[in-house]
Amino acid sequence: MNFSAYFHRWGSPKYFHTYATRLSPWLAGFSVVLLGVGMIWGLAFSPSDYQQGDSFRIIYIHVPAASLGMSIYVLMAVASVIAWVWKIKLSDMVAQSCAPLGAVFTVIALITGAIWGKPTWGTWWEWDARLTSMLILLFLYLGIIALRSAIEQREVAAKAAGVLALVGLVNLPIIKYSVDWWKTLHQSSTFKLLEKPAMPPEMWLPLLVTMAGFYCLFAWLLLRYTTNEILEREAKSQWLQDRY
Amino acid sequence: MLEAHALSCERDDRCLFDELTFTVKPGHIWQIEGANGAGKTTLLRILCGLNPYFDGQLLWAEQPLQGSHWMTYWQSMTYLGHAIGIKSNLTVIENLRWLIDVRGEASSADLHTALQAVALAEYAETPAGQLSAGQQRRIGLARLLVEKTALWILDEPFTSLDKQGVAFFQRHLVQHAQQGGMVILTTHQPITLEYPVHRLALSSAKENLLAMN
Amino acid sequence: MSLKAADSPVLSRALWAIFCREWLMQWRQPMEWLNPLCFFIMMIALFPLGVSPEKNLLQLIAPGVIWAGILLSTLLAVENCFKQEYEDGSLDQLLITPHPFFLLLYAKLLVHILLIGLPVILLTPVWGSMLFLDTAQLKVLLITILLGLPTISLMSALGAALTVGLRRGGVLIALLVLPLNIPILIFATAAMQAAAQGMSVQGYFAILGALLVLAVTFLPALIAAALRIMVSR
Repeated sequence: MNFSAYFHRWGSPKYFHTYATRLSPWLAGFSVVLLGVGMIWGLAFSPSDYQQGDSFRIIYIHVPAASLGMSIYVLMAVASVIAWVWKIKLSDMVAQSCAPLGAVFTVIALITGAIWGKPTWGTWWEWDARLTSMLILLFLYLGIIALRSAIEQREVAAKAAGVLALVGLVNLPIIKYSVDWWKTLHQSSTFKLLEKPAMPPEMWLPLLVTMAGFYCLFAWLLLRYTTNEILEREAKSQWLQDRY
Repeated sequence: MLEAHALSCERDDRCLFDELTFTVKPGHIWQIEGANGAGKTTLLRILCGLNPYFDGQLLWAEQPLQGSHWMTYWQSMTYLGHAIGIKSNLTVIENLRWLIDVRGEASSADLHTALQAVALAEYAETPAGQLSAGQQRRIGLARLLVEKTALWILDEPFTSLDKQGVAFFQRHLVQHAQQGGMVILTTHQPITLEYPVHRLALSSAKENLLAMN
Repeated sequence: MSLKAADSPVLSRALWAIFCREWLMQWRQPMEWLNPLCFFIMMIALFPLGVSPEKNLLQLIAPGVIWAGILLSTLLAVENCFKQEYEDGSLDQLLITPHPFFLLLYAKLLVHILLIGLPVILLTPVWGSMLFLDTAQLKVLLITILLGLPTISLMSALGAALTVGLRRGGVLIALLVLPLNIPILIFATAAMQAAAQGMSVQGYFAILGALLVLAVTFLPALIAAALRIMVSR
């Protein structure tokens, strides 16, 4: 089958719905297993860091959440642009589902970052380069969510959010670079806070496991949200009424 | 010549019109009827290229309207919407000047002649905001007279005009059609002209030709 | 009277028409662009009043205060860029001219940048005396304004374009645009701080210049796309 037919088949909500409902239970199962194993291994059994003690264990939640926050924004921006250029509605549904998920993961990253910092800095917040970038990322997410909800017509909201997401995506490396630069200008101590300690395998293996678990969790949630979106938008279509 | 093939439009989960097909040939005046909210303005905006949310195809001069062909189309048409683009703190002549200049060329003499034709010559240097609604509408007509484009797309052009103004406008519509121009307009009530008018009623999407006198 | 043949219209005439029209319009409603300027001046005055009039402290916070003021007053000023056009139908007319819309936008946006930027630049000596900036810092401030203010205006105009015609659009512009403007803020203030310490500012100017080039090249097309999207509601 040629590539463009394949591409367009994946753009069909009906096809997506079929495979999403079949895939969801597996993803749910995987994420539970991986998260369970990873968290218990990381939080309880991995060796404690000689410098930061046990407080660094929060990286098993913080790092995957932060990584997801960034990746979801990229996914959302790419999906929005695909929806805008190739007019594939499913792509917009994916982008719409990504926005709140990405915001939540960014908030988790910020909170766990603060929890990590408290024992080391003594305060709940520190204008660290990474946390500041995460905060700005959260604002970008909130902007997209606010814009989508302010526009009543769905197709218009999709395109407008696409423009904003595209500008945000291009701006994201510039923002990151500028915040890193800003931090080096104001570096008060030589000790870099929130630096990941050099990790032996006993430390980064559970990290890998929790990463995989978080990504599976995100994939599952994304499929559920998008399926809901399909149900809402295509409520009147024949194939959906036949199926239910 | 403007052709519309199987235009369908949905808004807020409500079907505004479905499988609308019609052709506007030189010399035609088309009147689109419908109650408030029936989708008249939406249809006009689709025909202008301001609203891309429709199924079906539009053709101008027998070529599909897409990409750079829109530019050619826009060069040959003028759209007067509900709000005709008049700036209240610019004078009448300044308003006319910028509306014309962004699309083509006209000398000052042409502009003044047009203003005279619509009886606004003495208001040329008055800020448009000080004019009545009917007078502002006549600036739109002046613009039509200067631009001399082939297709006129008018959304409720007789709003705020008095009986004299309406008759005057209608005379120009007929004159335009007689010279081979095309007019598409929307109104609440059917109009009667000394000219055949094609009618399109949006609630039922059927057309009928009404010959007068 | 004969019907006009489809002759190709002249772009420069259209650009000049839009520039003149925009200039006349803005000049005849001076409160639209004077208000943000007054806001800016008052904001600068707040800091010595609210924090401390001590010279060393003010010199330290001056770059940030000035640039935060520029950001916020640009946000205020940009609100009236497209709102009126949308409401009185001129935006529709601009979208259906035979010229590419984003080119017409250059003329329009230029007027807005000039009306925000020129007063700010002319009043720079005022900030200088209020916040005890020395001449080196003032020179750097001028150059950062020349390089950074157009970028900020264009980015804010994008926010205005995406919210045109929405209720409570003004507040939404701030949420959309402030994160995107942060890099300019960081580099411009860093340049002024470097100047205060006598260090080289060439690198900062280069970055601000690069961002300006990117903004001027790509943002008007995106603003045009955003306006076309929002008008189609």
